[in-house]
Amino acid sequence: MSDLTVTLLRYGFLLLIWILVLSVVSALRRDLVVGRRNRTGAPSARQARRHPELAEEPPARAQARRLVVTEGPLKGTSLDLASSPILLGRAQEATLVLEDDYASGRHARLFPQGSRWFIEDLGSTNGTYLGGNQLTRALPVEPGVPIRIGKTVIELRP
Amino acid sequence: MSDVFTVPRPRRNVEALLLIVALTVAIGANWLVGLDKENPFDSAFWLQGGTLAALALIFHVLLRFRAKYADPVILPIVIALNGIGLAMIYRLDLALPASSQPVAPSQFLWTTVAMAASIGTLLVIRDHRILRRFTYISLIVSAVLLMLPLTPLGVEINGARIWINVGVGTFQPGEVAKITLAIFFAGYLSTNRDLILLAGKKLGPLQLPRFRDLAPMVAAWLVSIGVLIFQRDLGSSILFFGLFMAMIYVATSRVSWVLIGLAMIAVGGYAALQLFSHVALRIDSWINAFEPEVFNRNPGGSGQVVQGLFGLANGGLAGTGLGQGRPDLVTYANSDMIITALGEELGLIGLFAIVLLYILLISRGFRAALGTRDGFGKLLACGLSFTIALQCFVVIGGVTRLIPLTGLTTPFMSAGGSSLLANWIIVALLLLISENARRPAVKGPVREAFPDGKQNRNSPATGTTREVSA
Repeated sequence: MSDLTVTLLRYGFLLLIWILVLSVVSALRRDLVVGRRNRTGAPSARQARRHPELAEEPPARAQARRLVVTEGPLKGTSLDLASSPILLGRAQEATLVLEDDYASGRHARLFPQGSRWFIEDLGSTNGTYLGGNQLTRALPVEPGVPIRIGKTVIELRP
Repeated sequence: MSDVFTVPRPRRNVEALLLIVALTVAIGANWLVGLDKENPFDSAFWLQGGTLAALALIFHVLLRFRAKYADPVILPIVIALNGIGLAMIYRLDLALPASSQPVAPSQFLWTTVAMAASIGTLLVIRDHRILRRFTYISLIVSAVLLMLPLTPLGVEINGARIWINVGVGTFQPGEVAKITLAIFFAGYLSTNRDLILLAGKKLGPLQLPRFRDLAPMVAAWLVSIGVLIFQRDLGSSILFFGLFMAMIYVATSRVSWVLIGLAMIAVGGYAALQLFSHVALRIDSWINAFEPEVFNRNPGGSGQVVQGLFGLANGGLAGTGLGQGRPDLVTYANSDMIITALGEELGLIGLFAIVLLYILLISRGFRAALGTRDGFGKLLACGLSFTIALQCFVVIGGVTRLIPLTGLTTPFMSAGGSSLLANWIIVALLLLISENARRPAVKGPVREAFPDGKQNRNSPATGTTREVSA
């Protein structure tokens, strides 16, 4: 094989690897750029037409400032929300110690993310219910929506 | 833990196109290195190319059925890296004297085994969250795997006792242990993050966790580090410690942990420097690499690294061309030093493409972590991608004399079956997590997140009264 062919093949291979790299990058074009759309999470008009479920506008929210126990043994207790997560359960280290036989030691956790509070079940025996549905993953909590843990019901208040 | 918005699309066709390019790179590299042989298109070439393409196709079809929304670029990148590695190992075999044992056939065999294992992982573990049930089992499995080389099964090679004899050959159980350790850390930290964060005394600006919350973590750390000191394997202990630090930082987002970790590395490094002669020799041959007496010293000389650097210099910008250089002059050119071998023959341009492929692969892993909705998956994807990243850094940094050379494998490339197997299983796990991340979210009533009924990650408080959950 002539030197010319070998040289061409050599550069051809380098070109080929870079074609692979660039085609991977171009396949990810939208994913790689952290643009305005990705940051805010707002779909474009076209995407909203194709996937109507994405176009839901989140309603304007009031900032939650207090946690109030509305039912259960601790009824009437309230707690000011700071910026740190809150552990709910019967264990002594919990932020809000629930004196409730139906709650687990470390039952659930409330944590702030952005402007909202989220609740996450920590693998409790009897589960955590947000507005009547059992939690299977962390979900945002709107002020006024009841969270049921055992016989205790708590709410966030603005 | 932000959920990043993307419109759900399967994108399997993109993956098919990228796979064609990746296979062209892999098979093309193999063809180019065999050009100087009398018959470059022999049966071995066709068998190898054909098997690689067939396995890639099976993998792709499986993803279409099982994980439709999985990340489309992970598989092509890994196929390309693995193919380039195979070609370079084959090329180094050709330069060997005829009497010595070729490495490429066994590496090729391991590639098929590893890809089959990866496909098997996808089939068996349909949802990565199942792995959370095995949190503590993973810890025990890791401990057993790490202890195995110290038992009579173990084999000592080049001063490190990290291999075991499994009849047909040697196996490095530590490679698999990095996956099980990542599963343990992810499972433990995702459950106990709050306790580690919130319970405990405050000491100035530092929040100290209570010992009993941290005890399993400390046990895991001691097992990995302690065993590795006895096995005298610096690379793996850096890898495990890095994994530990990265996961605890990701879980708690406390910079103080990173500072404590760095301090512990400094103390450990200083102790190792005083206690182990081979560590001191490594440091010396890193700083004074070009001194003649250091270059020729045996053991612990800098000859290997410096030969590698000479190779890189010989390659220059565009490289000597595959099969045209002399990377075979470097000892362990097909395992530790495969990056310099590639750098010599593909040049800076080719090496940068390879490094970019690694960066893209790792970034996709972190992306899957960002996208997935459960804490366990986030931590696991972060941990697994971080091990690949750290291995690349330690190896590429080591051979380019940025940091002292430590023996770790270049993921997917260097000769070594256990590393290949472990990394392909990591790929399967990352694909599963990315599928979970990119799949359209379930709307309407929330379904049970754990497929086979509810599981207890926490023991119930004191087992007094229990409500039957509806």
